[in-house]
Amino acid sequence: MTASRNSRVPPPGRVDAIVVGASAGGVDALSTLLPMLPRDFRPALLIVLHLPRERPSLLVEVFSARCALPVHEATDKEPIQPGTVYFAPPDYHLLVDAGVPGPTLALSQDAPVHFSRPAIDVLFESAAAVYGGRLGGIILSGANADGARGLASVREAGGATLVQAPATALVATMPAEALARGPVDFVLPLEQMPAVLRAWGGAGAV
Amino acid sequence: MLDVASKDFDIELRLLLDAVYLKYHYDFRSYAVSSLKRRLAQAAEHFDCATLSQLQDRVLHEPTLFPSLLDYLTVQVSELFRDPSYFRALREQVVPVLRTYPSLKVWIAGCSTGEEAWSLAILLREEGLLERTLIYATDINPTALQRAEAGLYAVDRIAAFTQNHQLSGARTSLSDYYTAAYGSAVFDRSLKSHIVFSDHSLATDSVFAEVQLLSCRNVLIYFSRELQERALGLFRDSLCHKGFLGLGARESLRFSAHEADFAPVVPEDRLYQKRERSRRP
Repeated sequence: MTASRNSRVPPPGRVDAIVVGASAGGVDALSTLLPMLPRDFRPALLIVLHLPRERPSLLVEVFSARCALPVHEATDKEPIQPGTVYFAPPDYHLLVDAGVPGPTLALSQDAPVHFSRPAIDVLFESAAAVYGGRLGGIILSGANADGARGLASVREAGGATLVQAPATALVATMPAEALARGPVDFVLPLEQMPAVLRAWGGAGAV
Repeated sequence: MLDVASKDFDIELRLLLDAVYLKYHYDFRSYAVSSLKRRLAQAAEHFDCATLSQLQDRVLHEPTLFPSLLDYLTVQVSELFRDPSYFRALREQVVPVLRTYPSLKVWIAGCSTGEEAWSLAILLREEGLLERTLIYATDINPTALQRAEAGLYAVDRIAAFTQNHQLSGARTSLSDYYTAAYGSAVFDRSLKSHIVFSDHSLATDSVFAEVQLLSCRNVLIYFSRELQERALGLFRDSLCHKGFLGLGARESLRFSAHEADFAPVVPEDRLYQKRERSRRP
């Protein structure tokens, strides 16, 4: 099906967290997207980027230098803070657990999904269960089908969905797989994403 | 796979965990929910159950099914000398202190299939400390404990183990400690005489010994915050004055009420030491 803007556009300001999945071409996509987000961006960003297991994760260093937002590698049971970027550590699944006073990060070494640990589906499905409609999900460039099922969970839980326009992705497979799975709210090139993300988070709202 | 985001799943999950506790006395009710849900959804699929309620029915009435379910409820992922920098930090920062004790007790909490226990035994032998050491390796999964005690690992894993061992600051060759035969490597019986493999639950059991070193890596990630607090309390009470605690690479005491009970020794390798002023409840 052709996915385009869905009529069910989420009301501005209702998203507390945004989950992001990327694989091949993902570092480039995130290098464009994350630095465009302003210091007062409110939702937390939880990111799974497929990386070879043996390679030490330099993502935090790379992105800290370029982003207005603080960037962390996820630690187990860490309370999720607004306006903070969390990367899944290599060789662990990143999940969300409900907590008091708010949701926390959770890690596991359960079996890989789509040959990946971390897996995008694992993050998205657990976040959808905890955040329900107060969640946004984004699928960026990548070469496999991880994330398609997860983005469907975000949609079914009432969350907002966005997929990188396949023609603009370095590797179009992952965005295309996500679109084949059902309607999404937005299909956009990277440059047009920040405006949507700010609206999700309620930019300027007190 | 079942829909882990549905409300019915949450209800059925609680009922299933209650059933497991009442029937088999294994307490998973305080495990971290998100990853537990996924493992149970996979278990339901494996046992051809369309819902967790069906799985509950089978678990209650087919006791022979429970050991396989336990393999889904617990996670067995490990390597010898996993995270070599952790073992290097143990050698450099902890072993010099351990040398000052006339006899040593070490607790591997959540030893799963035994990789960490065998690694520590090898490390302590290399450092000349094993002869005065007793290692308690505990877990709740009896099948995993049997495999841990057998000390038998597939030969195709040995290359990775050897590389980890070298990176940990090895003083000897890993091949000194195992014999390969029929596709398996079996670890040395003389190491095993210093390891006691035993059933122990961090959720329901209590302190059983005073230890100088306690290693519990990638176990607390499967616990809820409340259960983590219980386990860390047990660890504090088990450790001797200034005893050492090692956690997994992505675990932290920062989000625990027990943070003040421990001082960081090598924070990047998650090595801590019990503080002097640490109080007992």
